[in-house]
Amino acid sequence: MELSFYERMYSPKLLELFKNPKNVGEMPDADVKVTEGSLACGDMITIFLKIDEKIKRIDNIKFLSYGCAANIATTSMMTELVKGKTLEEAKKITFKEIADALGGLPPVKMHCAVLSIDGLRSAIRKYEEERGLIEVPELDESFIRSRLRHVMNPKIGRDIVSTGMVEEMRILDGKVEIDLCIPKNNEFRNYIVEEIHERLEKLPNVKELKINFKDD
Amino acid sequence: MQRPVYLDSATTTALDPEVLEVMRPYFFEWYGSPTHEYGHTFGLKAREALERSREEIARSIGANPEEVIFTSGGTESNNLAIRGPALADRDKQHLITSKIEHTSVLNVIKSLERTGFRASYLNVDGEGFIDLEQLKNEINKETLLVSVQHANQEIGTIQDIEEIGEICEDRGVLFHVDAVQSFTKIPIDVKKMNINLLSISSHKVHGPKGVGALYVREGVKLSPLIEGGYNEFGLRSGTENIPGIVGFAKAIEIINKGQLEHMRRLRDYLMKSLLGIPDSRLNGPVGDKRLCNNVNIAFRFVEGESVLLHLDIRGIIVTTGSACFSRTLEPSHVILALGLKHEDAHGSMRFSLSKYNTLEEMDYTIKNVKDVIEQLRVISPVGR
Repeated sequence: MELSFYERMYSPKLLELFKNPKNVGEMPDADVKVTEGSLACGDMITIFLKIDEKIKRIDNIKFLSYGCAANIATTSMMTELVKGKTLEEAKKITFKEIADALGGLPPVKMHCAVLSIDGLRSAIRKYEEERGLIEVPELDESFIRSRLRHVMNPKIGRDIVSTGMVEEMRILDGKVEIDLCIPKNNEFRNYIVEEIHERLEKLPNVKELKINFKDD
Repeated sequence: MQRPVYLDSATTTALDPEVLEVMRPYFFEWYGSPTHEYGHTFGLKAREALERSREEIARSIGANPEEVIFTSGGTESNNLAIRGPALADRDKQHLITSKIEHTSVLNVIKSLERTGFRASYLNVDGEGFIDLEQLKNEINKETLLVSVQHANQEIGTIQDIEEIGEICEDRGVLFHVDAVQSFTKIPIDVKKMNINLLSISSHKVHGPKGVGALYVREGVKLSPLIEGGYNEFGLRSGTENIPGIVGFAKAIEIINKGQLEHMRRLRDYLMKSLLGIPDSRLNGPVGDKRLCNNVNIAFRFVEGESVLLHLDIRGIIVTTGSACFSRTLEPSHVILALGLKHEDAHGSMRFSLSKYNTLEEMDYTIKNVKDVIEQLRVISPVGR
């Protein structure tokens, strides 16, 4: 029997989790609930965590997903990897570990693994902020760059900071201006710009965002 | 279901076995290059076949045979129809098209814009009909050509080509129609509709792939895009694809009203049943203004690639306007042009039919689409 298109594109593990996702559903008594991504992007997940307050351990995790097969499967895999881990252990899990645990992801779908990690980390951060365990970070270049490391260049499945697309930036009173270098013939240019807006505009201390193209 | 339920006929169709039969001799017996002013006896059969096919295709659109040029398909026809006049007439530098055209029209125009042409992209209303007042306002003395499709590839909207043709004729601008989706499904009369250039394709109508044609009204000046041995009146060089061309003509010959009526019945049945699913909405118009083989429905709270994959696993082949399904990760430009949101595009599914589809297949599809949408909504964070 010939492999189907989706069997060529996705690993057997990914397809299994797409068909039968684990830890899916709502959690009415969750200690924290966050939604990451957006309908407009076509990628959105909601994460629910139940945390043992004394030992800071994730006792239960559930998720909901609006997105493609890779979105459903990567988020499902993320929940399996973090269940039972302490918050500190969970924070260390990377999108690459999720992709590896699935037996690989196509470059164009790597952003799904990133989204699942973002959802997890946002949930943990929200929990820690709400309980006064951490302070809200300062808005500076290294903070912005750390957030931009979550925007993928779908062509190669790596982030836009490490691939040199983000050149200079200026930050003043909550106004962020970024100089980007994306070749005009990169078919994902519009997508990348939308993703940057999505990541940065939601931050509570970002008031305005401007993106300049260096090659224009 | 034994075989896959193929509902992607707006992309391409199966070859009709009757078509293959008439093509066969031109591969094995009369494989010579068609004899023109010079040549040999062996090429005469190919020449006769070429001219007979040209006559058949010309007749189907109300054209003269010498106004039909064979190409490699719809994309090449659209390229030649727009680039050809643009290269031939350097004085006029303005082009008009709509926001919902096929990429083989839009990307040609965008590419001409980079070389100094100006372009206007007409808006469409919520059902995909272009704004005729805007068209009248946009035409000026710089305008070389207006390119508007007959029927839309995603939502099946049929434009009022006769009305647009009249406007173009009045204002003295060239009118190109991309009829790749509508050809043989809606009657076309290039004279009555005041069309100067018309693109058609074979593989959308159960003919072979790799063949299309461009109607070029007598007197319209074009520069060729492919130069060589002066085939096709000097407008498209290269040895003619005789088996393909013969197959194209045969495919047209065997189409009948019964097949169109069959597709229309299945379309209306499928549409009505799928719209019974809660939170679903039709994209495009209803009734006679819609292509007889197109159904396009937006299902809220679900993402199209997941729907597509679940249906693929169940042997049902459809497409979606979701960004995840596009090469650029951008949602369908057609759905966005209707004034809808990104998420409406992500949840839009297209079901396009052919004469080979059956009522039984529609029932199988309806049942499975309902199951899949329900299953995905259970895990969706929205619409709860």
